[in-house]
Amino acid sequence: MRIVVQDAPFDLGAEANAFAATDDANGAIVTFTGVVRDLATGDLDIMEIEHYPGMTERALTNIAQEAMERWSLGDVLVIHRHGRLAPGDRIMMVATAAPHRKDAFEAAEYLMDYLKSRAPFWKKEITTSGAEWVAAKDADEDALTRW
Amino acid sequence: MDVLYFAWVRERIGLPKEKVETDAATVSDLVAELSAREDRYAAAFADLSALRVALDQELSDFDAPLTGVREVAFFPPMTGG
Repeated sequence: MRIVVQDAPFDLGAEANAFAATDDANGAIVTFTGVVRDLATGDLDIMEIEHYPGMTERALTNIAQEAMERWSLGDVLVIHRHGRLAPGDRIMMVATAAPHRKDAFEAAEYLMDYLKSRAPFWKKEITTSGAEWVAAKDADEDALTRW
Repeated sequence: MDVLYFAWVRERIGLPKEKVETDAATVSDLVAELSAREDRYAAAFADLSALRVALDQELSDFDAPLTGVREVAFFPPMTGG
């Protein structure tokens, strides 16, 4: 299990390759990557991501550990960036390795659902017309009830 | 104890972190104490349903006791991922 919180970009290909190369027992590798999306209006300049150093690593570790307990997983990787990102930049990735794909897919979805609402990150969108904090969606909170 | 503020709570109060000497028994008591200080605190804490609290870096709630707690953090609902 590896948890990384950093402001620097990460190399998706290198991370996915290294993660997939770990253990032959894992027949399924799932990766998910979150990318800064430009707004419907197309005027997003910067996405600023604030976090709570210390608690962030702790919350991500707890979420990943919970996933390891609930599914039959060989390994979990979570990388999440903070700081100033531009549209198209990769914000985060999760990867799961499991003997079977169902576990790998479900655990990746679980990680994403929990990471959205339980890891202390806050996004602020800076556009040509001003800056605004992204509001949490009820749907994101509701998504947790299925687990 | 250390009191930390994040995102718009930090912006509204105007600082990321401060030391607070308090005998507040619960998080709610601490919120009442801070809100009574100045308008900017009262404004930040006006709607507690829009806020979350962590005690020593674990999510908690406003009824929780502060006994032994060293770090309290206030922030809006999280938007990771």
